Amino acid sequence: MSTNAKIETPPTPAPVEKIKVKVDGREVEVPKTMPDGVTGKPVPTTMIQACHAIKVEVPHYCYHPRLPVAGNCRMCLVEFGTPAMGPDRKPILNPDGTAKILKSPRPAIACATPISPGMEIYTNTPNVRFMREGILEFLLINHPLDCPICDQAGECKLQEYSVDHGQTSSRFAEIKVHKPKRVDLGPRIILDDERCILCTRCIRFTRDVVGDDALGIVNRGSYNTITAYPGKPFDNNYSLNTVDLCPVGALTSKDFRFQMRVWFLKETKSLCTSCGTGCNVVVGSREDRMFRYKPRENDSVNATWMCDHGRLNYRWIHNPERLVQVTVRNGAAATVSDWKSAMPQLAARLKSAAPGTVAVIGSARQTTEELFLLAKLARHFQAVTDSVPRTGPADHLLLNADRNPNSTGAVFTGLAATPMGSNLGKIAEGIRSGRIKTLIVFGEDVTRHGIGADLLARLDLLVASDILPNATTKLAHFVLPGCAHVEKRGTFVNVKGHVQKFMKAIEPKGDARAEVEFLKELLPTVTGWTAPRSLEGLFNQMAGEIPALQGVTWAALGDTGVRVQI
Amino acid sequence: MIVNRKKLNFLERLYVPAVIGGFKITIRHFFKKKVTMQYPEEKWVVPEGYRGAPYLVKDQQGRTKCVSCQLCEFVCPPKAIQITPPGPGGLPEAGNVEKGPREFEINMLRCIFCGLCQEVCPEEAIFLMKDYSLNGKSREELIHNKEKLLAMGGVHNDKIQKWKTKADEARQQGL
Ligand code: SF4
Ligand code: SF4
Ligand code: SF4
Ligand code: SF4
Ligand code: FES
Repeated sequence: MSTNAKIETPPTPAPVEKIKVKVDGREVEVPKTMPDGVTGKPVPTTMIQACHAIKVEVPHYCYHPRLPVAGNCRMCLVEFGTPAMGPDRKPILNPDGTAKILKSPRPAIACATPISPGMEIYTNTPNVRFMREGILEFLLINHPLDCPICDQAGECKLQEYSVDHGQTSSRFAEIKVHKPKRVDLGPRIILDDERCILCTRCIRFTRDVVGDDALGIVNRGSYNTITAYPGKPFDNNYSLNTVDLCPVGALTSKDFRFQMRVWFLKETKSLCTSCGTGCNVVVGSREDRMFRYKPRENDSVNATWMCDHGRLNYRWIHNPERLVQVTVRNGAAATVSDWKSAMPQLAARLKSAAPGTVAVIGSARQTTEELFLLAKLARHFQAVTDSVPRTGPADHLLLNADRNPNSTGAVFTGLAATPMGSNLGKIAEGIRSGRIKTLIVFGEDVTRHGIGADLLARLDLLVASDILPNATTKLAHFVLPGCAHVEKRGTFVNVKGHVQKFMKAIEPKGDARAEVEFLKELLPTVTGWTAPRSLEGLFNQMAGEIPALQGVTWAALGDTGVRVQI
Repeated sequence: MIVNRKKLNFLERLYVPAVIGGFKITIRHFFKKKVTMQYPEEKWVVPEGYRGAPYLVKDQQGRTKCVSCQLCEFVCPPKAIQITPPGPGGLPEAGNVEKGPREFEINMLRCIFCGLCQEVCPEEAIFLMKDYSLNGKSREELIHNKEKLLAMGGVHNDKIQKWKTKADEARQQGL
């Protein structure tokens, strides 16, 4: 990464005292305190954090780095020892000069036990393995073993740990305790109480992270049951995160339920496009059909969460109405065309447009690269440009009031007016007065933003690229079918200036093509400027030309992006 | 290499003894038990454990045993199986099993009769049965759908009946 001053580095935390401990005989130095996952306040570092620091896996159910510690599942039990102290409070030494370690007679839960200097943690002794086996045997006593019909199968921690640490067969011959199944917890969630292992992750998440104390445990002993507060549906905007958090198949998503087994899903790193926060997601797809979004960890954007609004906003991608053909309209008759014949026609028509008679409207839902190319086109024609602002109610966690995923990108590339949307009236006025004769629209239905069908009818040339048909594409002389974000690569800049990239998960339908590709084809003929061939090259070129992006490269974006000043 | 041809003696040159010898063998076989099978009028009965075409079965209550766990689809080496899961509503007729396949297709032009689907099935819902001669007039005809697979598979006498036991236990516990 470049050391340009414009790239914000996360504030370096004040230096904390380090402690040396040993994990399975390997020495590791960890800070004495670490920020709490929920509040961010420094709290003593625990054994599990020390183990994770040197990539020693400690199986756990209830522990989650972003939730308060509960310590109820006992899966993380480990053995440990501390340096023996003499009556003079000095460490007793072995004959060879090393500190004498007093092994604790009882194990401890790694998720809630703070480390102390010189501590030794043993995660793989016969005793530890025996305890894990015992815990799993207890967990499975009343477990229904629904795996063939359970949506969690394939990503279930109970399956995984049973294979890794459990016994091969059950010694439990009695009749299992049955609990409510198919409980409707709320509009998006179904609960199967038999599968629940009572880790309370869901309860802690909704109480401590969302601030909606909606879930709890009722009844006692083997009859312990998770339930929502009576008469109150579990319906906050973050409820689906509990489905990700639930280590078993107790909480499942109504949307994803029985749609596809998870082992078939190809996982692609992508971004949520439903608001300006730009939560990092993983797209699950199979054979060019998208099945779900899952949040992906990024501490500078969304931690490990995403909102339900964004998570469920993907159905439009597979809308059967999708634009899949290039259409050219002459007068009233629209004819289906193809890229090969339509592009030269379009280039010729654009070439003859006089500077000052063109307007460009590029949606802040397009990628930064697309907006950059549109801005190049606009500059050539000295065109009036703008994007369309889109807002909605924000909430206290992630959902932003700006519902465009790339408003900042639209500002960076110079395509959006300041404030965004203020040029739309000017464009309408220009068309009315006959000064603007050509309008290029990418990803918006301008008839809903003050440029009505009557005005569009006056244009000499209307070029529209979109994903779904709308009133603007209906009137356009050239309709260029574009791609949803999961069908292409690109970058978005979120409201805080976090530049992030997303990758392609599925192939576009029909003749639809990534907007960058056909813009790159159009630009050399119309403007004489040739864009770099690869998307990486295009991004780097753009970063060189936009002051705010100085020094950022495609490679530096990585999986979690780069923060720039806005 | 040169093989010297032995000169035939008189008896051998007569050929009659050789012809008689041939007749002897023919007549002996004439009175032996017949081994040729008059296929296709007569059909071979395959032994137990033969791996013929895979079919789906129903249980004694008439429920399609397959729960659409898609393990067979995953394990099938030539990717002959394609299952459409039921979607969020599940299969209401499946009762406490919740799930079942909306569609289940086995492409018999792809199937290699390996038996892995039967091996992997956690529900004992798919079996390689005794059909070994599959033919059709079109490719489509040899893509067996759920209806066809169930019709060919018939009923499996399930001794464990795990889902029925689960439902009965839950009912006894007042759920
Ligand atoms: S929670 Fe896990 S172990 Fe339990 S039925 Fe579901 S997949 Fe199987
Ligand atoms: S429903 Fe899931 S997350 Fe909640 S307590 Fe049970 S197992 Fe844990
Ligand atoms: S027998 Fe083998 S090849 Fe045929 S469907 Fe089953 S798993 Fe596939
Ligand atoms: S493995 Fe068995 S239960 Fe699972 S989908 Fe195949 S036939 Fe159905
Ligand atoms: S992870 Fe430590 S007790 Fe659950």
